Amino acid sequence: MTQTEVRTPPLRETTGSAVGAPIDRVDGTAKTTGAARFAAEHPYPDLAHAALAHSSVARGRITAIDTAAAAAVPGVLTVITHLNAPAMKPPPKISPFNLVSLATGTSVNYLNTDEVHWNGQPVAVVVAETRDAALHAASLVEVAYQRLEAVVDFAAEEGNAEPQKSNALQSGGARKGDARAALAAAPVSVDLRFSTPQHNHNALEPHATTAAWDGDRLTVHEATQGIAWTRGQLALRFGVPERNIRVLSPYVGGGFGGKGMVWAGTVLAVLAARVAGRPVRLELTREGVYRTVGGRTPSTQRVALGARADGRLTALVHTSVARVGRVGGGGEQITSQSRHLYDAENILLQQNLVTLDLLPNTMMRAPGEAIGTFALESAVDELAYKLGLDPIELRMRNEPTVNPLDGKRFAHRMLREAYELGAERFGWPERTPAPGSMRDGRWLVGMGVASAYHPSWQLAANVTVRLSADGGVLVRCAFQEMGMGSATVVAQIAADALGVPVAAVRVEYGDSLLPGGPAAGGSAQTASIAASLLPAAEKLKRSVLALARRSPESPLRGTRASGVLARDGGLYPADGRGAGESYPAILARAGRDSVEARVGSDTRVGAMVSQARTVGKVLNDRRRWVKAACGAHFCEVRVDPDTGEVRVTRWVGAFDVGRVINAKTAASQLRGGIVMGIGMALSEETLVDPRTGRVMNPSLAEYHVPVHADIPPIEVHYLDEPDPTMPLGLIGVGEVGITGVAAAVANAVHHATGRRVRDLPITLDKLL
Amino acid sequence: MKTFSYVRATDVATAVGAIASEPNAKFIGGGTNLVDLMRERVESPDTVVDISALPLTEVEELPGGGVRVGALTRNSHLAAHPLIRARYPVLSQAILTGASAQLRNMATVGGNLLQRTRCPYFYDDTAACNKREPGAGCDAIGGFTRGHAVLGASEACIATHPSDMCVALAALDATVEVRSVRGTRRVPVDGFHLLPGATPHIETVMAADELVTAVELPASPLAANSRYRKVRDRASYAFALVSVAAALEVTGGAVAGVRLALGGVAAKPWRAREAERVLLGAPATEESFRRAAEAELAPAAAQPHNAFKIELARRTITATLRRLLTDGSAA
Ligand SMILES: Cc1cc2nc3c(=O)[nH]c(=O)nc-3n(C[C@H](O)[C@H](O)[C@H](O)COP(=O)(O)OP(=O)(O)OC[C@H]3O[C@@H](n4cnc5c(N)ncnc54)[C@H](O)[C@@H]3O)c2cc1C
Ligand code: SF4
Repeated sequence: MTQTEVRTPPLRETTGSAVGAPIDRVDGTAKTTGAARFAAEHPYPDLAHAALAHSSVARGRITAIDTAAAAAVPGVLTVITHLNAPAMKPPPKISPFNLVSLATGTSVNYLNTDEVHWNGQPVAVVVAETRDAALHAASLVEVAYQRLEAVVDFAAEEGNAEPQKSNALQSGGARKGDARAALAAAPVSVDLRFSTPQHNHNALEPHATTAAWDGDRLTVHEATQGIAWTRGQLALRFGVPERNIRVLSPYVGGGFGGKGMVWAGTVLAVLAARVAGRPVRLELTREGVYRTVGGRTPSTQRVALGARADGRLTALVHTSVARVGRVGGGGEQITSQSRHLYDAENILLQQNLVTLDLLPNTMMRAPGEAIGTFALESAVDELAYKLGLDPIELRMRNEPTVNPLDGKRFAHRMLREAYELGAERFGWPERTPAPGSMRDGRWLVGMGVASAYHPSWQLAANVTVRLSADGGVLVRCAFQEMGMGSATVVAQIAADALGVPVAAVRVEYGDSLLPGGPAAGGSAQTASIAASLLPAAEKLKRSVLALARRSPESPLRGTRASGVLARDGGLYPADGRGAGESYPAILARAGRDSVEARVGSDTRVGAMVSQARTVGKVLNDRRRWVKAACGAHFCEVRVDPDTGEVRVTRWVGAFDVGRVINAKTAASQLRGGIVMGIGMALSEETLVDPRTGRVMNPSLAEYHVPVHADIPPIEVHYLDEPDPTMPLGLIGVGEVGITGVAAAVANAVHHATGRRVRDLPITLDKLL
Repeated sequence: MKTFSYVRATDVATAVGAIASEPNAKFIGGGTNLVDLMRERVESPDTVVDISALPLTEVEELPGGGVRVGALTRNSHLAAHPLIRARYPVLSQAILTGASAQLRNMATVGGNLLQRTRCPYFYDDTAACNKREPGAGCDAIGGFTRGHAVLGASEACIATHPSDMCVALAALDATVEVRSVRGTRRVPVDGFHLLPGATPHIETVMAADELVTAVELPASPLAANSRYRKVRDRASYAFALVSVAAALEVTGGAVAGVRLALGGVAAKPWRAREAERVLLGAPATEESFRRAAEAELAPAAAQPHNAFKIELARRTITATLRRLLTDGSAA
């Protein structure tokens, strides 16, 4: 670097204003030009392709498997079944002390057993020269089964549900006072039953793995939300040390929770690569995703509310039945929002589970709250009508000042303000409350509201920050970017923390060689990274200042760390008096190429320590505060009075998500959640045949996600006030958007038609 | 997908010759249905005869005011054609409600006529299906039947024909021209598709070696006042639960001419002749429309998940005729 460059560093933009700015995503160009390589796009010389054959029974044992026809397909290299597969270790038992174990999608040791546990379980993998040959050959694998009795009908099994046990992270139930008695005594009450079907994620990019062994070293290009979990699971299953495995996942085409765990395709791609002795790519078909990656549990729910004539709640009962698989899955926090949203005198919450011989459920955007808010927020609307109160007014009369269950403080709660802002932007006062009272030509018009609520979480993250002699900043952390804008917001946070423009920051992510990052789940990623990135930047600033202070010529000589401000690409006295110095100048004088700071350690012990520290902090926080994102949805629908077709025509959402880091990517996250919620409200439903346990609509033609024509313009507003207990005051935005959406739609449909639909999706037959 | 041989025909004689000489051959037009079915192992031809280059893409006016449409005309081209939009708005509208823009750009008129059912049990080769495998049974019965038939179904099969275009063609009294090595014949659209009876695998009157060469639309003053209404589970890109193609002429307050066909309710586009009979000469009122719809649906029989279709069909017929009366064919 030359002297001239040192004196005029490439730092011309104003600094300090990156956080909050609606800047374009830093990976946008790579994605739109096709330069970005996804997991199924990594070329390897000698690459072979794998495809799965799936079971056609829900439960049984394989008695015979004929692979001759498959093996005879030209181009087929090998057909792997339980008869010839090398032994793998079984997946780890789920334990809160081993976070990697939480990523076990199913407990099945694939192709190491003749047992079949769900309709669609992989029973063979074909490896071939081309994907077409592999897929065709997989269809020719003939399997004979001894069928065993399978329990697959959720509706029929509901009565056999058992109470869900509580653990450190999730409560199966809670109570305050005597809600049953209060309900019976309440002058006004509703007691309602709701149901929601199974949903599947349908990320644009189907799950894909490219796996290459080199001796006992393994490289995996994977579409995942959990790089570290993928690495940890593969290490356990294939009996190699974690350090021998590199998982790369720089671009992921959407996940929504479906890529959070390690599913059959990933394990079997790695197995196939080992057997074939060649790099192997396994790209699931859309059907393959439905057959091997879990979805959202179906549910039935009861919400009963008792109120005084003035609307004050005396009783709130919310119970649910959901299902898990016999080989995995877990309870979803369906009643979680009901712990926090209303100041009811008596509360009774209980989640129940049935166990079925189906592919286990898994996390899907706001697991629990997405469907729990449908029931609760629909019931509140019904109560409002019964009371003759405006549904917002009813909510405001029951807005708590402390957590209703136990009196804990809210770290931050601006639901009142969200309703005020939303009502004004939406024009709520123009609504006439009587059902069927608003029309637009032949259309019935309806307007509905519902609350959004999602707890905020934080996970462990290790981060390094490096400042180079040219003033550039490199942030390294093995986090995931599935299109949320994570890399962009991390660059923004680093830019402000170090006083450089966003363009001077480069972010490396999506690679297990980097410092260990959090999994992308629980809307926790940004807060988790910020919690480590901010102290790392602070450490870096101190190191740089130390360099400057050592030099007699530096104007910063003698300045204390508390007295300097990082701005304009350097360090300057905070009080504005006296000269400061640019980073390049400080580093050049010190003769340094770079300075680096790090938070967290990736040694085995270090990782455990930071994990324990984070979990400890989170649990400690939770003992003191209730932390969450919340918001108010305003929805307008039009219903065709002849056919019952529902069209969502307008949407306003006002959110309390703490400080907004990037107004553009955050809006996209919230909007995406609303779009997904509209799908849940009107059309999405996984059809599981109750006779066979088989998913009958495993395709985008028959599983109806919303299309463009289903989605109106969506206005997103933020309150944009920092949560004082969160790093930078930010609260995650990934999931809160979907919560409450289906209820807002259902409430609007009721307003339009006078009909209450309590069973999702609200298809037109329910309105005829 | 199984490997197959590929033959590309550039003239009609070669195409019908090629199909006749191969025992298990299929024509491929746009491929938007056939390729899916091959991937799903529902169809496994040994030979695919590509007819997309055949010179059958003209939309021409016939003497007397009718229109002849070449069988390889793309759906999007046909929907946008000025002759179609002016004289047969119901056909243009029907096509535009089908599939997506990308699919319509590929799909051909012949392929659309011959597309197969979307019954999920037909698509899943682990399920029993009489259409896929005669005599195997029908797993749709007792399963998910939201998309299934309420008219003309049998104990062997309750599938529906998925096409929108064909519903309009049925209302318009179109004729299908078919060619084989044995010569050319013409079949009215209404007699082209078959109800399942005991042989649901036989879906049309076409022989395996016949090529659809054209569709002819007869001149019809009535057709200029026509519209298509499709009701489905999302705003776009979904198959019809119920659809109605209708044309109406009213003189002096009475129905002077009417054409009505239903989609999504049967194994064929359902020409609603009973409703037409009731309407002809009746006052053009909501009440007549409703009575006609009821008459047409009288023989309807539902499965557990699709009883709503009967009421939906009644309402959609009524609403479509009402719209024709008030708004004509304007969208
Ligand atoms: C996701 C999806 C959604 C869809 N939604 C709709 C919808 O909403 N409404 C709707 O109406 N349709 C819909 N379709 C179906 C679409 O209209 C048909 O796939 C298309 O019309 C078929 O035309 P093609 O030329 O591609 O046929 P191909 O796939 O080429 O052929 C279909 C069949 O016709 C035969 N064939 C083709 N041309 C001839 C000929 N000239 N003579 C004899 N035999 C011939 C082939 O052998 C084959 O058996 C949808 C399709 C998809 C994939
Ligand atoms: S309804 Fe017809 S197409 Fe569907 S499974 Fe039964 S026989 Fe097959």
